[in-house]
Amino acid sequence: MMSGIYIHIPFCLSKCGYCDFYSVTSTEKIPRFIDSLLKEMEMYRGCFNRFDTLYLGGGTPSLLDSAQLAEIIDGVHKHFPLSADTEITIEVNPGDLSRETAESLFKTGINRISIGIQSFDENILSFIGRRHSSADAISAIEDVRNAGFGNMGLDLIYGVPGQDIISWLETLHTALSFTPEHLSCYQLTIEPSTPLGMKYRAGEIDVSDEDLLYEFFMKTSELLEASGYMHYEVSNFARGSEFMSRHNRKYWDHTPYLGLGPAAHSFSGNRRWWNHRCVDRYIKEVNKEIPPIEKSEILTLEQLRLEALYLGLRTKMGIDLQDFSERYAFDLLDKKNEMLNRISEEGLIIIQDNHIYPTRRGLAMSDSLSLI
Amino acid sequence: MKNIRNFSIIAHIDHGKSTLADRMIQYSGVVDDRNFKDQILDSMDIERERGITIKSQAITLPYRSRDGEDYTLNLIDTPGHVDFSYEVSRSLASCEGVLLLIDAAQGVQAQTVANLYMAMEHDLEIIPVINKIDLPSADVDKVMEQIDSELGLDPYMSLSCSAKEGTGVEEILEAIVHNIPPPKGDPEAELAATIFDAQYDPFRGTIIHCRIFDGTIRGGDVVRLMHDETVHKVEEVGAFLLPRQKKDSLSAGDVGYIIAGIKTVSDVQIGDTITLDKRPCKEPLPGFNESKSVVFASIYPIASDDYEELAVALEKYKLNDASFAYQKDSSIALGQGFRCGFLGLLHLEIVQERLEREYDLSIILSVPSVRYRFTLNDGEVVYIDNPAYYPDPMSIATSEEPYIRAAMMFPERHMGAVMKLCKEKRGENSTLSYPSPGRIELVIEMPLADVIYDFYDRLKSITQGYGSFDYDILDYRQSSLALLDILVNGDRVDALSQIVHRSSARARGLRACERLKEEIPRQMFKIAIQGAIGGEVISRTTISAYRKDVTAKCYGGDITRKRKLLEKQKKGKKRMKMVGSVAIPQSAFVAILKSDNT
Repeated sequence: MMSGIYIHIPFCLSKCGYCDFYSVTSTEKIPRFIDSLLKEMEMYRGCFNRFDTLYLGGGTPSLLDSAQLAEIIDGVHKHFPLSADTEITIEVNPGDLSRETAESLFKTGINRISIGIQSFDENILSFIGRRHSSADAISAIEDVRNAGFGNMGLDLIYGVPGQDIISWLETLHTALSFTPEHLSCYQLTIEPSTPLGMKYRAGEIDVSDEDLLYEFFMKTSELLEASGYMHYEVSNFARGSEFMSRHNRKYWDHTPYLGLGPAAHSFSGNRRWWNHRCVDRYIKEVNKEIPPIEKSEILTLEQLRLEALYLGLRTKMGIDLQDFSERYAFDLLDKKNEMLNRISEEGLIIIQDNHIYPTRRGLAMSDSLSLI
Repeated sequence: MKNIRNFSIIAHIDHGKSTLADRMIQYSGVVDDRNFKDQILDSMDIERERGITIKSQAITLPYRSRDGEDYTLNLIDTPGHVDFSYEVSRSLASCEGVLLLIDAAQGVQAQTVANLYMAMEHDLEIIPVINKIDLPSADVDKVMEQIDSELGLDPYMSLSCSAKEGTGVEEILEAIVHNIPPPKGDPEAELAATIFDAQYDPFRGTIIHCRIFDGTIRGGDVVRLMHDETVHKVEEVGAFLLPRQKKDSLSAGDVGYIIAGIKTVSDVQIGDTITLDKRPCKEPLPGFNESKSVVFASIYPIASDDYEELAVALEKYKLNDASFAYQKDSSIALGQGFRCGFLGLLHLEIVQERLEREYDLSIILSVPSVRYRFTLNDGEVVYIDNPAYYPDPMSIATSEEPYIRAAMMFPERHMGAVMKLCKEKRGENSTLSYPSPGRIELVIEMPLADVIYDFYDRLKSITQGYGSFDYDILDYRQSSLALLDILVNGDRVDALSQIVHRSSARARGLRACERLKEEIPRQMFKIAIQGAIGGEVISRTTISAYRKDVTAKCYGGDITRKRKLLEKQKKGKKRMKMVGSVAIPQSAFVAILKSDNT
């Protein structure tokens, strides 16, 4: 398996209510950040083998102009061996996109675009603190298509307090009308250190109950599968296996990945490390030629096993028992026989062809499945 | 000898015994302020937290009285709970006088009376002390009146103090010197000493706490324990200063310690008489009883791998608690464990807590049981304290259970509620008395099994904490019994089985099911909980499965954070016991015992 590169662009014009990825709202540091990023690439030259994915995430990568993005992408090509068919993804905010910007993104070599639509419902957009409107979202999708992108993903959020299933299905239908190649449908998670988290603590908002969230999850999966999408991970759907996110799949099966930029995580072998969650510190350390690493950990076999179980049972590909026993020295079928049979009887997993596959209901509970 | 005073402080729970002891210790200067900590005699954390004394302790307080003479005051601190009344009686037998401590706001309580009677049985000089006079709700006059009418003591002999604020302490010390008689005895006579406690020291073995009545004991003497019929060579004797102080000898009247190369505290019995092997006294001192377990339960490690560790911990624990008894036991649901005997429910809770705290073990306790007596059809009589050995119902001719005589004291307004509770607990032959206006003393006979279940908690709750309770074991009485089993998804959890009275079987079964429903977390599948007698299901509840438990987003590569959460959950799950594929938390085993209103 070839490795992946993730680049974290930690800038946003405003913070969304639900997001706890690291970003700052001042943009004046962008040029110095790019300089540091290129220097950080230099530090990892030769450390990984070939790459076949590059993912520009954030933050809001679309805040950078196309010249800046081109500089970064060129830097990657210069420092790392990339396979010819490398999947290059960028996350964009609908409000930042125009026909021109979409076209210039296309020219930089980016071949996959993920648009943070979240919803086509104005009430929901304002509740979660997005700065774009539903009309912005629609015109962004059209611009992306017209610029020539043949691999477009839309990010959507459900389970927002007050949202009912009907209004969610309307958003889904609107999304489907653009026949995106990929859909990510995330249940809203209220993270403690976010604006919504504060509101939740202050008792201003409530979370949707488990039964309703279960309905959201099941209805989403049913509708999208009926519309020709593959429910290949808890929150991800692809219009055919060729459109599954090649990059994200690396996170799910312990393939090496290199994360560059503040707060980015990397993994290789049995080691995971992550950068300082602070642009200033990141820039400062890189300029002193110190790797801007906040912390690293060596995973024990037991930890790797737990992650593999957890991540594997989140995907339709499930767990290859032979491979699992070879990589993690653990015969699941033998050691967890009683429990596996029990949850198989419950219809949460299917054990077949030396694999464990989670069913749709199993995917809805994959956190618990991993604790068997 | 004329300058020695041996005394104890007796009180109802929470009336301030440990605090008064603290003040007296500070006053004597035996510990400097830098090394002082509250409840200094309560050396275990659990004693400090619960505000109770579990082990007896003794301390020697040097005191120069107002008349200029130097005195040695030996304070023997006694446990304050009914589970330990035998230990209390042995401590009292070692004294000439007691301070009877009464809370100025709460007044005389059942244990005040029980303690007074015990002190009177030992012919002790009694000094009533009214404590907590600093409280706004203190009513010294009323307590004086109770001392007269309920205790039959001279209220003008009583002293007042606030142990918390340290007032009145010197007057108490003076009263000890002047009112409590010095010990009697002949230092030249044959040695006769009583053991009132024994503690384990990892370096020295058993430290015997004793009172010398006659004779003298020195290092190097060979002593005989008269009931045990064992002989030991004395390594060291000394006094209870802080720290212990070695002495050449202990003589008639002294309270002190003996170290004689005895390995465990179980090798000596509280109340036994120590004498010299070469020149023994004729008769052992009176009042010896073997300590007997009253409540029984099994202890299992949560993780079966921890069995060996539990075995080691119990062995170590037993070194310091002679009244704790245990033997191997095994359960189909819970694996290898130990069947244990306790002096009472508090003793059981203490053992459980100390095992978890001091030995860092996660354990599960089965439902506590009393010891039942069955006469089988063939005339054989068997005693059963473990539901696992319940006889075949067809083979039982008669079944009997132990009864107690309970004494309770509470404000009159709670009469209705207390009587209702006692009736529910199958109480019979009650007698009522009104020791003073507004206060009732109720003596009633009840089956012990119902008392250990949740009686004391509920009594406290319905009397808003004013009800006090004391009991002694009476006899065995014929009773209609049944074995109640609990099934989780069809699997019998033998550690949850209980022997119950038939009349309460259905209610107990239902309550057990409801309690388990509250405590067992929802799992990936439905869980049926049933109560059954024989093959017949008498109660049932269901825990529904949960349907959604998944983190929405897991990319960006930060898998570490999620893994740490999972590791934490996994650790939590390890503290649960797997029965079939159902994870049962430890709390479920405890909850089944708790009453509805606590």
